[in-house]
This record gives sequence, structure tokens and C-alpha cells, in this order.
Amino acid sequence: MKRIIVATLNNTAGVLNRVTGVMARRRFNIESISVGHSEKEGISRLTFIVNVENENQTEQLTKHLNKQVDVIKVLDITEDDVVERELALIKVSCNSTNRMEIFGFLDPFRAQVVDVGKDTLIIQIVGAQNKVDALIDLLKPFGIREISRTGVIASVRGTKRQEKTNKLLAY
Amino acid sequence: MKLKEKQRTGAQLLIDALKEEQVEIVFGYPGGAVLPLYDCIYDSDLRHILTRHEQGAIHAAEGYARVTGKAGVVIVTSGPGATNILTGLADAMIDSLPLVVFTGQVNTNVIGSDAFQEGDLIGLTMPITKHNYQIRNVADIPQVIKEAFHIATTGRPGPVVIDLPKDMMTNGVNEVPEKIEIHLPGYQPTLEPNKHQLEKLVKALEQSERPLVAVGAGVLHAKASAALLKFVEYYQLPVVYTLHGMGAFPADHPLSLGMGGMHGTYAANMALYDCDYLMVFGARLDDRFTANLDHFAKKSKIAHIDIDPVEISKNVYADIPVVGDVGRALNYLNEIVGKHPECKEWMDLNMKRKKDHPLKYEPSDIVLKPQYVLEILNRLAAKDAIVVTDVGQHQMWAAQFFARNCPDTFVTSGGFGTMGFGIPAAIGAQFAYPDKEVYLIVGDGGFQMTLQELAIIIEHKLPIRIVLLNNYALGMVRQWQELIYKERYSHSLIPGQPDFMKIAEAYGIKGVRISDPKQIESQLKEAVAYEGPILIECIIAPKELVYPMVQAGKGIHEMEGV
Ligand SMILES: Cc1ncc(C[n+]2csc(CCOP(=O)(O)OP(=O)(O)O)c2C)c(N)n1
Repeated sequence: MKRIIVATLNNTAGVLNRVTGVMARRRFNIESISVGHSEKEGISRLTFIVNVENENQTEQLTKHLNKQVDVIKVLDITEDDVVERELALIKVSCNSTNRMEIFGFLDPFRAQVVDVGKDTLIIQIVGAQNKVDALIDLLKPFGIREISRTGVIASVRGTKRQEKTNKLLAY
Repeated sequence: MKLKEKQRTGAQLLIDALKEEQVEIVFGYPGGAVLPLYDCIYDSDLRHILTRHEQGAIHAAEGYARVTGKAGVVIVTSGPGATNILTGLADAMIDSLPLVVFTGQVNTNVIGSDAFQEGDLIGLTMPITKHNYQIRNVADIPQVIKEAFHIATTGRPGPVVIDLPKDMMTNGVNEVPEKIEIHLPGYQPTLEPNKHQLEKLVKALEQSERPLVAVGAGVLHAKASAALLKFVEYYQLPVVYTLHGMGAFPADHPLSLGMGGMHGTYAANMALYDCDYLMVFGARLDDRFTANLDHFAKKSKIAHIDIDPVEISKNVYADIPVVGDVGRALNYLNEIVGKHPECKEWMDLNMKRKKDHPLKYEPSDIVLKPQYVLEILNRLAAKDAIVVTDVGQHQMWAAQFFARNCPDTFVTSGGFGTMGFGIPAAIGAQFAYPDKEVYLIVGDGGFQMTLQELAIIIEHKLPIRIVLLNNYALGMVRQWQELIYKERYSHSLIPGQPDFMKIAEAYGIKGVRISDPKQIESQLKEAVAYEGPILIECIIAPKELVYPMVQAGKGIHEMEGV
């Protein structure tokens, strides 16, 4: 079961180490993780995706993370109405005969060519994880040389998130 | 760096901050990286106890913290000094003991260069501390120390490490803030329990037929023993306690069924198996207490009160979870008292089990039985005597036969099971309460892990009564090998132990050796009456086993030796 979890952290030395340490010690499997400055100075925002077996595991994970002094807030936003995005740079092999075919895929995905080499292209795509995955699948037959992905970031739509996932509030 | 007039150094700020926190005693061991700090201690009136090993310092601080509830303070040097306290940090972390530990560090400009005695203490201690800091600005010292004491002692207590690069001790600052505010948005422990949840707890209690109360160390940390007693007596509920819950509820109270778990009593474990409503107050429900989870309180609804939300539904699903201070919870429960549940049959069953299956052992007039030794000590000791143990068979026998009736009088390494904990922890407890009787129960194995600390006992004339239960074996290992490994005693028998009387003598401590069951009563009486430290070595039956026992993988009701 895939969960999207966002956390706000104090931007102190080693804070990412604290967070990933908690996950590693408790054997949580991180699929993607992404961190950067938030709207507040000194506060970072982290988005990560974990694969868990059941809801109890997610609850344990968020509680463990919340215990960290440098972790300010942790939310499982999987059930919320979220905008989820990832950016990928895909370097794919190409030649004069198939170049146009590749270009044909780009529009439906709103992907762009950001570099053209002698026998390679770098394609940039922004979208939800499954959209990025789908484009990669389509490009595979041409020969993928390299993929760099940022990891998913997510934001809840509107101004009010529903508290249904935050069971902690109940007790 | 040359100090300007009126500047204060980092070391001075540190000592000022310890005074501000009203620290009475510090356990430590000097070295290169903390020389500037020790130079400053030389001029201060800070009470510093030099142990003989850093592990001794941290376990002493743990003993102090366990009996006082205040933070134990430790200072060690960088590198090996700091790595020597890792065991103690892990021990304090799992047993929720408040510590503030200062570790030396190399100068900031060489951090990361593999300098002499450099160690990544932040990385090493991250998983075994509640929080850790490295000082990067001298001016931060007062703030960091204030936060460290706050974090260590509030919420679920735990150890906090402050790593001190050497130059942060010698550099000076002109101005320090007058008043320090604590602002930790990421650290806001929930103290106030949800009243609605507590009302649910009472409703469920009123309807239960086989209610049971399980008591853990959380009750001690919250200083809530009196509130617990009131609650239990009002409803007349049977009580079991964990190893660390010892003393939170009087062991010899008529409603007490004793300790539960691997070496718990028959009555306690069967109650945990049979209950239909289990109320857990401040306990982690770890595997030594629950045994196989498939059989733990399976017929029961569970209410779980703990200050640490992580503990709730971690091992055992809680139908009624309550996050908060267990003392505040009990106070509210005592306010809203409800109807008494109808559970006469259940009470009769528990009392019958308690009567029919008490803790027992085969008496002997040829060899000394450890249980007998502890029974006599229990009779001789003051009611509020502090019992400290090491780890092994003697620890379980102490929990069974030297059980406590007052809060904060049992000091043991439960979660980590750290051999070598006993001697230094007893020292810390005796420093905390110089006028209380402190009994250390220790095995011949663990005694040799930290015996260098005997030096402090005599140096500071600590009247600790050390009871060494000598079975010439790593008894608990031997027990498992006898029961599970077909008596293949691989490296657990130690016929060639040193002469412990000579060790006592070398350290200037009075020693007595007891081996005759017929004389033990009078010999113990005399030994206990001795004013001053004494090592009482009891040569005990080498094959004695701790019973009852729930073997690994078995259910809580599947006890051997009842
Ligand atoms: C530091 C450490 N090493 C090893 C163990 C494993 N262990 C648990 S009990 C025990 C035997 C303890 O022997 P002793 O101190 O003589 O006490 P007894 O069991 O005989 O009472 C051992 C080796 C441990 N708990 N801690």
C-alpha cells in the first residue's frame, strides 16, 4: 500500500539523517523522498512515499517521526485531494530515423526535449508518478541511457485539509 | 583565543547553566577534548564524581535518575570516552531515563578530518538518544542546555547528548541572554489526556466481568502511585505489574497478583490470559511481558494509557487509546468514578490462584538457595530500601523475592538487559539518597563487568550492601542451555572465579562469605547491620533455576515450574 507523507522539519544539520534513520531502523521501505525549503525560513518540507502493509504501519511511522524533536508536523495525505508531481530527466538513444517517432510521444505527456545530442535526447517530464512511469515505458524500446527523478512532491488542494487520516487527534 | 575582559568562556557558560538547572551531582571522566571544561570545574563548586570507567559514569547517572526522577548528568571526553557510554545511552533510551550527557569533541576546524580521538557522536547516538546537539556557537550553550534538560525530563523521559567541540569551551562571548525561552514547535508532548476517552475507559470497566490493571514504569515517572492506589482500591481491581512497574503498586497489597511476564507469577500471567478488560497504565507491553502475542489478553478489550503515542497499538492493539500523562489520567478517573463492575467470581478466581500457586522453591539445609537469601533480606530491609540489580537470574529472583512496596525503590536494566549496570547504578542511587538503605543484588558474571567502580564506594563511603549471588556461572545463560540446549553448557560455567573476598579487601571494603544455610539468617543480620559498605558473597546452589518460566515463543499461560 503506497502512502504519501509530508513532513515539516527544522532545517538543522543532519535532520534528513534523523528522518531516514527512523525509517531505516523500523524497516520502512522508502520509494521516493524529496526535500527543500518551505515557505517559512528555517523550515524544510519533505515529501516521501512509502510502501506499507497496512494502515497501522503508517500510523506507527508518522508517530515515530513526530517524536523527533526536529520534526514539526507529519501528515499522511494519501486520502486527501492532492496535487502530486515529479520531475524526470530521461536520456534516450535516438537516430535520424526514429527521432520523429519519439517527438510524437511528447505532446500528449506535455514533455519537452531539453537537450539534443548526436545520438541522444534528454526529455523532461513533469507529472504524477504514474504519468512519468508511463512515458518511461513508452521510451524503453528506443534504449534508455539514464533516468534522473526528483521524487514526488505533493500539496493538498484548497485551504483546508480533511482530518480524516489523522487518527491521533481522536485520542 | 585571548579573552577580553568580562567575556565568559563556553566552559563557564556550561557550568553556569548546570547551576541554573540545579544539578547536584555530575558523573564523569576527563580527557583531552574536555580539558578546558575540567579546568573550569576545578574552580567551581560543582560536585563531580570521578568514576573509573565512562560506562560506570553513565550507569551511575541512570541509577540517580531512576530513583530521583531528575536528570542524571555525565561528562566524558571525545572518541573512546564517548563511545564508552553508548551502552548506557541505549539502556537509558529504552528504559526512559532522563540524562543529559556531555561528550567532548575535537576542535570545530578539524571535525571530519579523522583527527585524534574524533568520533561522530551525533551519528552514533542518533538512534539511542531522545535528541542530540552539537554546539557550533558558544553563545548557544545556555539555550541548548536549557532545552536539553527540558527534553530529557518531560514527556517520555530519555537521554540527550550535547557534543562539545573543544574550541566551544575555550572561546568566549560578550553577552548572554538574561532569560532563556524554550521554543520547540516539534516537541510538544501531549500531557492532558482526552477526557472523552477516559469516560469510555470507565464505561467499559463498568461493563466488564474480568477486569485487570497492568502497571508499568510510566506510573513511576508520573509520580502517580497514590492516584493509582486510589483508583484500584475504589474498584477493587486485581493488579499485575511489569518488571519496571515494580514499586508503583505495593507488591504485598492484597489486590496485587505480582509481576507478569516471562518469570511472572502464575496468578499474574493467568489473569493476563483470561481477563476480558485490560487497562494498561504506562507500560510498553514488550515481549518479555506479553510472551507470544497470539495468546496475550486475547479475550480482552484493551485500554492503554501512555504518554508516548508510539507505544499505543505498537505491539497490542488498543481499543481505547489514551495519550497523556498517566497521573493526570488517573486523577480524572478518580474524579469521575463509575459503578463497580460485577466481578466477584473473577476476584475469587484470582485470589485462589494467588493462594494455590505462590512463588516457590525447594528449601535446602545443605546449599544456599538464592530465593531464601532474598526472602531474609526482604525481611531485614527497611520498607523504603532501594533494591538495585544487575542482569541475570539474580535479577529475576530479586524481582520475585525482594519485591518492593514503595515507588522508585527498584532499579534495574529491564529493556536493554545490560550486565554491569548494577554496581554503578547502586552508586548513583546511594549518592541520590545517602540516608536510604541501598541493596545491590548482583551475579558473579556481571559483578566483573564494572567492579572497578568499587573504588568510588569506598572513596565516598557509600554504605551500599552488595549481595553477590555466586553460582560460578553465567546463570541465566546456563538456565537456557539446560532447558533449551540439552545441557550443552557452552561457555557459561566459570569454576575459576577470582576470590571475591580479596577483591573486597583490595578495594578496602568489608567482605563476608556465606555458604551455610543454617547460619545465613544470623550472618545476614549481622552483615546488614554493619555501618558502611559491605560485600556479602553468598555461595548459592549452582543449578537453581528461575521459575515460573514462559519459554520463548510460548503463550503467557504456558508456564513451566508452577
Ligand atoms: C553486557 C551483556 N552481555 C551479555 C549478556 C547476556 N546475559 C544475560 S544474563 C547473563 C548471565 C549473567 O550471569 P551472572 O552475572 O553471573 O548472573 P546470574 O544469571 O548467574 O544470576 C548473560 C551472559 C547481557 N545481558 N549483557
